[in-house]
Amino acid sequence: MGTHNYNLTEQFEFTGKAKNLSIIAIVIGLLAIGYGFSAEALHERTFANLLLMAYYFACVCMSGAFFLAVQFVAQAGWSAAILRVPQAMAKALPIAVVILIAVMAAGLYTHNLYHHWNAPGLTDPKSENFDKLIQGKSAFLNVPFFMARQVIFLGVYSFFALLLAKLSNNEDLEGGLNSYRKSFKYSCVFLVIYGFTTPIFAFDTVMSLEAHWFSTMFGWYNFAAMWVSSLATIAIILILLRKSGYMAWVNNSHLHNLGQFIFGFSIFWTYVWFAQFLLIYYANMPEETVYFYKRFDNYEFWFYLNLVLNFLAPLLLLMDRDNKRQENILLTVSIIVLCGHWVDYYQMIMPGTVEEHHGFGIIEVGTAIGFVGLFTFTVLNGLSKKPLIAKNHPFLQESLNHHL
Amino acid sequence: MNNIKYILGSFGDPDEMMHGIQKLQDNNIKIHDVYTPMPIHGIEAKLGVKRSRLDIAAFFFGITGTMTMLSFVYFAAAYDWPINIGGKPHFALPDFIPITFELTILFCAFGLVGSYYASTHLFPGRAPRVMDLRATDDRFIIAIDAKENAEHSKIDNLLKEAGALEVKYNERKYVSYE
Repeated sequence: MGTHNYNLTEQFEFTGKAKNLSIIAIVIGLLAIGYGFSAEALHERTFANLLLMAYYFACVCMSGAFFLAVQFVAQAGWSAAILRVPQAMAKALPIAVVILIAVMAAGLYTHNLYHHWNAPGLTDPKSENFDKLIQGKSAFLNVPFFMARQVIFLGVYSFFALLLAKLSNNEDLEGGLNSYRKSFKYSCVFLVIYGFTTPIFAFDTVMSLEAHWFSTMFGWYNFAAMWVSSLATIAIILILLRKSGYMAWVNNSHLHNLGQFIFGFSIFWTYVWFAQFLLIYYANMPEETVYFYKRFDNYEFWFYLNLVLNFLAPLLLLMDRDNKRQENILLTVSIIVLCGHWVDYYQMIMPGTVEEHHGFGIIEVGTAIGFVGLFTFTVLNGLSKKPLIAKNHPFLQESLNHHL
Repeated sequence: MNNIKYILGSFGDPDEMMHGIQKLQDNNIKIHDVYTPMPIHGIEAKLGVKRSRLDIAAFFFGITGTMTMLSFVYFAAAYDWPINIGGKPHFALPDFIPITFELTILFCAFGLVGSYYASTHLFPGRAPRVMDLRATDDRFIIAIDAKENAEHSKIDNLLKEAGALEVKYNERKYVSYE
């Protein structure tokens, strides 16, 4: 372990293939969405896909902010040299939030989303659509309160995401420990808020699609999904940057740590998924089993594929120490996990919206590609604005010398 | 004829000790082992210590637990005394996953504690094997087998040049056998 001669002012240049490909992907996405809105019969399916990808996009970005906050609160040293990547993800959060809120507002307005609790007459005892359960829940599940919650939660997450990025920028300019101490303080506040509100955010955005059913595990189940997909995204961005000659200071030990995180939280995801399943299976109460009944009935393939991609693949491929340290294996597993959580969200959202009329075609693939392009474009654009390393981070030397 | 079994270089500073290891290796002197009061980064690679096989042992302890529980549960719930619980199959796998998981962990944990004690010769009633008592306190010890390496004065010089505070010649391997 000697001294290092890394270029600490290295900046990412967002040009060439990465830029062109992400713009092409955005165009493909727009075309697919345009195709989805061309026929009346496809509207609901397009809305469901837009919700899926907007939710996925927002979750990955806000978990990027969560990653930053966790590193500050834990006073972690190993991650100091890679913090610019989750920061770029956090900086993309406001865009994701605007898209997600627009999709939800449009879906509520056109009754293509959340029609289980937002159709006309559901709370009117005289109407033939009257639904006693929905009436009982209407104090919580009504459009103004629903949208207010979304705006407040996502607004608060965006505020902290931008604040943490800004403090890191100040640290670059001024040095000293001032920014680090502030980051620590705001991260503590953010983690408390985030921990209590993400389950409610998941209840609102996804669980309320099937408003009769409820599960208290659902919030943590979604939290595990968004956290592990965000970790996989960080790993992919780091590996691809390293392959194209940036961030030479990222060594196998950093990848090892990320690999451990992805492995551990994939198991955690399975744990929460199974905890939710087991209780419903064991109790066997009709109002609860309806959720899995729908998924066994029309989504059997997706149901099992979900477990294979999100549990078996990371379990078998990342269990070995050496596999976590090899960038190609980690890259493959991260991509599998990201696809797996698309499948996970797919079988959370589709049965509550399009029910048995689901499909897998131009709309699904196109929307996903479009959002991946948008994510790549915004994140890489954010990344190119700042040097790739926070050169005044107090734990930088520890991170550069990180060794497991 | 001397009865010296081991030569111990006692260092007060980990960097000097690493320097000492380097010097001995440069002179092709085989190092028996190194004892430090705290973990030192990169020392395994430098000494060429083989990777621990504890993870393989852990896997087999774990799989033993899994098989034990699944076979016992099958015997109890489906073979010996089948009871209809909620109309489910007698061997309803999801019901038994938590307990199987627990037993996997339990076997793994106990097995690893046992392996650790066995491999380090630590168990009740056994005096610990220590070459130099101060390696558990504030000294960093390099131990060299004196029978294999005959040039004792050269080793002595190398260790002192590297910054050893003291060089000991032990006539028995472990000092704390009594």
